Amino acid sequence: MNETLRRILAQHGKLAVDAASLGETDDLYAAGLTSFATVQLMLAIEDAFDIEIPDRLLNRRTFASLAALESCVAGLVGEKEPA
Amino acid sequence: MTYVANSLIERAAHVAAVAARHADSVDREGRFPHEARRALADARLFGAMIPKEHGGEGAALSDIAEICCQLAQACASTGMIYAMHQIKASSLIEHGAGAPWHEDFMRRVATEQLLLGSATTEGGIGGDLRNSICAVVTEGERFTLEKNATVISYGADADAILVTARRALEAASSDQVMVVLRKQDYTLEKTSGWDTLGMRGTCSDGYLLKSAGATAQVLPQPFAEIAAQSMLAMAHLLWSSLWFGIASSAFGKAQAFVRAEARRAPGKTPPGALRLAEAGEKLQVMRSTILDGLRRYEEAKAGGDDLGSMSFVLAMNNVKTAASQTMIEVVNLCLMICGIAGYKNDTPFSLGRELRDALSAPIMINNDRILSNSATLLLAHRVEQRLAV
Ligand SMILES: Cc1cc2nc3c(=O)[nH]c(=O)nc-3n(C[C@H](O)[C@H](O)[C@H](O)COP(=O)(O)OP(=O)(O)OC[C@H]3O[C@@H](n4cnc5c(N)ncnc54)[C@H](O)[C@@H]3O)c2cc1C
Repeated sequence: MNETLRRILAQHGKLAVDAASLGETDDLYAAGLTSFATVQLMLAIEDAFDIEIPDRLLNRRTFASLAALESCVAGLVGEKEPA
Repeated sequence: MTYVANSLIERAAHVAAVAARHADSVDREGRFPHEARRALADARLFGAMIPKEHGGEGAALSDIAEICCQLAQACASTGMIYAMHQIKASSLIEHGAGAPWHEDFMRRVATEQLLLGSATTEGGIGGDLRNSICAVVTEGERFTLEKNATVISYGADADAILVTARRALEAASSDQVMVVLRKQDYTLEKTSGWDTLGMRGTCSDGYLLKSAGATAQVLPQPFAEIAAQSMLAMAHLLWSSLWFGIASSAFGKAQAFVRAEARRAPGKTPPGALRLAEAGEKLQVMRSTILDGLRRYEEAKAGGDDLGSMSFVLAMNNVKTAASQTMIEVVNLCLMICGIAGYKNDTPFSLGRELRDALSAPIMINNDRILSNSATLLLAHRVEQRLAV
């Protein structure tokens, strides 16, 4: 999942730094993530993991770092899986 | 000092009366409203929103919004100057708490009644708040910063200016900080004037700003956070509040005009009354929109995740674009009602100043820029389809 997220981030994040070199908790906004790129990122993540990110998670915290994105995606993928 | 015993709103009413007396000369001569600024300082209104523990009165946002509205009914430039000052003060209040330099400076704002200006707009960037070309150049505990600031309202009369810039020379254009510069920290070289249609008293000249200071003057949080958590919402809400003041001023004149007509021909409803009803409806929509925005901001600040959500950004964007547009519609209707008496510059029903001041609103951070930001957010966010909150 981490690799997929990094790939999406490299493709859609329009960051000022190389996505491969990002630390798990590095601040993505400081790395140049804009609100426009956030939306592109979200659409790509929904597509790649076949999930829908609900409105309650559409906030700055969800997109603040790779770790935050991973826990959001993991939670939503988990919800999808039959119990 | 004379008015401090009175409520904020009573003091604002006194300042508004001063502003009203000079509004025409401020507009005609395109000069800074010195009289109103002095009255605001005498009434201790510049530090109103600063928390009590830092020397202010801890006023609620809704009170500040009301003051902006009252001032703008008298003189829109004064209302805008007060609003912009409070927007800057909010950055200090929300993001300077805990930082000794900024806490100390906040106290100075309150005790010395300092006027705060803003330099976000930059040559080559325009109204795109979240990008900068200029950068803070740090050496040890000191920095220098140079900015081609194409619009700084009352730059010449401000006691301090809050400036956005990239964090460092090698930082990305959106990796910004906000720096507090006191008058002794900067020089301003005027690069353009402010001979505009309206908002002439804001004296929003362009300057080459050159500054040096201590790194402690840089607000600790990234500007991205400052913009998202307080500044954008504060700007849209307080601007809209003063715009409501402009619209109400125009409406007051139109209503007086219609009533005078009604007195002249008793028993008949004057033709302008229908348009007045239409303007009244728009005024109510505008007022409800602003009040709802103020309530949402205060609730979001009190806790929860709302401040950082897309839905909150969209709501604040909508307050700004709707209020700016609706104000112009109201003033236009009032002009239709008053007719030639509104069009002339020397009658009790003159609406030229209101109309010209109002036209600044959609271009003050261009509505098209804001709508395209909302358009992007709507690719993700699903709008509320329930009426209940
Ligand atoms: C009364 C008044 C007082 C002001 N005071 C200050 C102040 O004290 N300090 C300060 O820093 N600034 C101040 N400003 C400037 C303000 O904050 C904006 O920066 C300014 O209004 C932007 O104007 P612009 O047309 O140059 O730039 P832009 O917003 O960049 O617009 C330029 C053009 O781009 C078009 N456009 C539309 N959408 C987009 C988009 N999404 N992306 C790019 N372009 C788009 C618009 O149609 C517009 O014609 C003030 C403005 C006014 C009217």
